[in-house]
Amino acid sequence: MTQKTARSATKSAADPKRRAPAPPGGTVFINARLLDPATGLDVPGGLVMRDGVIADLGPHLRRNAPADTEVIDCKGHLLAPGIVDCQVFTGEPGQEHRETLKTASYAAAAGGVTTMVVMPDTKPVIDQVALVDFIQRRARDNALVHVATMAALTRGLEGTEITEFGLLQRAGAVAFTNGKSSIADTRVMRNALLYAKDFDALVVHHTEDPYLSGSAAMNSGEVSARLGLPGVNTAAETIVLERDIRLVALTGGRYHAATITCRDSLDVIRAAKKRGLPVTCGVSINHLTLNELDIGSYRTFFKVRPPLRTEDDRLAMVEGVADGSIDVIVSSHDPQDADVKRRPFAEAADGAAGLETLLSAALRLHYGNQEVPLLVLWKALSTNPAQLLGLKGGRLAKGEPADLILVDLGEPWVVNKELLRSRSKNSPFDDSKMQGRILRTIVAGETVFPFPLS
Amino acid sequence: MRLVLPCELRGCAISHIRLVLMAPSDTPNTYAGFSRRHLLTCEGLTATEITWLLDLADKAAETNRQVHKKSDLLRGRTLINLFFEASTRTQASFELAGKRLGADVMNMNVSASSVQKGETLIDTAMTLNAMRPDIIVVRHHAAGAVELLSQKVDCCVINAGDGAHQHPTQALLDALTIRRAKGRVAGLVVAICGDILHSRVARSNIDVLNALGARVRIIGPSTLLPPNAARFGEVFTDMWAGIAGADIIMMLRLQNERMQGSYIPSSREFFHFFGLDQEKLDLAKPDALIMHPGPMNRGVEIASTIADHSRSVIREQVEMGVAVRMAVLEALARNLPNR
Repeated sequence: MTQKTARSATKSAADPKRRAPAPPGGTVFINARLLDPATGLDVPGGLVMRDGVIADLGPHLRRNAPADTEVIDCKGHLLAPGIVDCQVFTGEPGQEHRETLKTASYAAAAGGVTTMVVMPDTKPVIDQVALVDFIQRRARDNALVHVATMAALTRGLEGTEITEFGLLQRAGAVAFTNGKSSIADTRVMRNALLYAKDFDALVVHHTEDPYLSGSAAMNSGEVSARLGLPGVNTAAETIVLERDIRLVALTGGRYHAATITCRDSLDVIRAAKKRGLPVTCGVSINHLTLNELDIGSYRTFFKVRPPLRTEDDRLAMVEGVADGSIDVIVSSHDPQDADVKRRPFAEAADGAAGLETLLSAALRLHYGNQEVPLLVLWKALSTNPAQLLGLKGGRLAKGEPADLILVDLGEPWVVNKELLRSRSKNSPFDDSKMQGRILRTIVAGETVFPFPLS
Repeated sequence: MRLVLPCELRGCAISHIRLVLMAPSDTPNTYAGFSRRHLLTCEGLTATEITWLLDLADKAAETNRQVHKKSDLLRGRTLINLFFEASTRTQASFELAGKRLGADVMNMNVSASSVQKGETLIDTAMTLNAMRPDIIVVRHHAAGAVELLSQKVDCCVINAGDGAHQHPTQALLDALTIRRAKGRVAGLVVAICGDILHSRVARSNIDVLNALGARVRIIGPSTLLPPNAARFGEVFTDMWAGIAGADIIMMLRLQNERMQGSYIPSSREFFHFFGLDQEKLDLAKPDALIMHPGPMNRGVEIASTIADHSRSVIREQVEMGVAVRMAVLEALARNLPNR
């Protein structure tokens, strides 16, 4: 008992989550640009947070702070709901050298991600109630941001036996996914969707035909032909997606395609939504901002799964976000250490770190030729993922948790991978010029990431 | 002949009404209310036929409680129990029923004999037929196998379970158990819970209960419900909702091979959401009966304490099994030509 107290005392000193008690009236942000994608609000104003929740907000608070409050002048910067990132891979448990929940949460805080949803692709796989509980306890004790977990769709991610959806959901799993692997057995997929329906559980699926995909290292096309690398056609993704949509029509289960990457898949999603099927989809920031040409001379930091596609496919993804066909943008944060990345391209591991650069990279869509409106972008980053997974937050409203980010939309900066907080430094955006930077990240009323206001 | 009440005729096809009016004097060989040659399925059995069989079974149940249980109604007749699939209680029940009626009973467990030597089902049937039995009771793992066999033999055939299709005497004994405990079947809310998809017991019971005017509910995870389940009863995938206000709770056996794998994730989760425990039982009517066709998986579909509950009629079901089989044997044997 004494030992325990001593340890927690040391922890609170180092933990930026614990600070001096806030004034009784709470904290007020004045002179802010309020952005709430849930209601379409985009006005100058202010916001009061008290006891970890949003107590008040609106234009009337722009200059007038209520009494007994700590006042923070936002200097006209953007105050918006924090990002809910629903695809984050970590190495905990089992591969802590890549990333722990703690290091991932530091990266998340720096990237404006207030809720990260971790994937079950760990060692052991998160396919049992006790392991969901483990993640939640480790996150509670170590993480700076909210952590939710998806549980494995099949035992050991082997694609043959479904997991205990009911008990796992009661334990706190927010959705069920086979992580980086696809279910090849159609009958298993049908039964998973059918069984999930009884619990109103969401099935999240990485769509990739494993037979067609084989040992592919990149997208199949002119670039793979020139580089002499084994490639995989977008059909590997679309075939499985189309099959899944048919199974959704058959079973009525709720389905979310984890990350689509090509125009054909977008067409399939659009058609399914038009039919009124319970189908949603996500896209990773990598497929919104990069294409296969970025691989250049075998740069393994651009080796991701599914692979980077053509520029036309990338543009389709941006269109999909702009018109709302794509519901969610994820970082697909997948930390890999140098040992598995510094290898010949075909042998190198897939995956890119992305938590810290997610928002800045997403702002490229706003500043780029397509000019995706901020409200649309934020909806896909925050409101939609929260709603999809039944999580709190993702909106500015009284009574919602004070999960907020303060962003300087104009600030230019250059990514330096050595300064990233993630334990692995495999960022495809290393040395990239970015516009827009997180000034402050607040989780449940506590500032977890202060960037020095100069 | 007992008077047929209009309410019992509900749902009967016109032809069956005519049949009831004809029997028994017009056709001397036809035994009163049940004039079929075989008992292969419950589908299409009328309320009148079922009620008639249950009345007969009621008398048999009384006889079975006497010291002298034996009669000579089937004296000289030969009954063959042809079981292609292992069974303890059904086979014993038929054997006892036959013996109490005075028949010569022969048990054949074919799973261990000629089928393994490569003989087809039809060849086996023809071989047996040549031995001139009067009644064959058949259980087979393939749906439709018993009907196929019935087309090839000259005697009566009773289906004692064919795959996931039918098990008529089980449904009749369940109806008898309910009727004896509750005085009626019509209007009762009967919740059938568990693996409906693979259950011949469920299919047979749905037919009989619907014919008798019960309100059938079907409860199970979507993966263990047949397609268009709503055609057979009111469907619930939430057992708490499905069991609320039920008069009868009929649990089904979950086959071991379904527990691991793609239908349901584990027996632990199945028990949690679809197993009968005290918490769920409390939602049913206070005088609700608990039934199970057996053999039970304690702790999988039914809590051990519930299986031994004072409202459990699982042992009565076994007792009524013998009575119902005596009634069926008697009805079919009486219809046999008496040369």
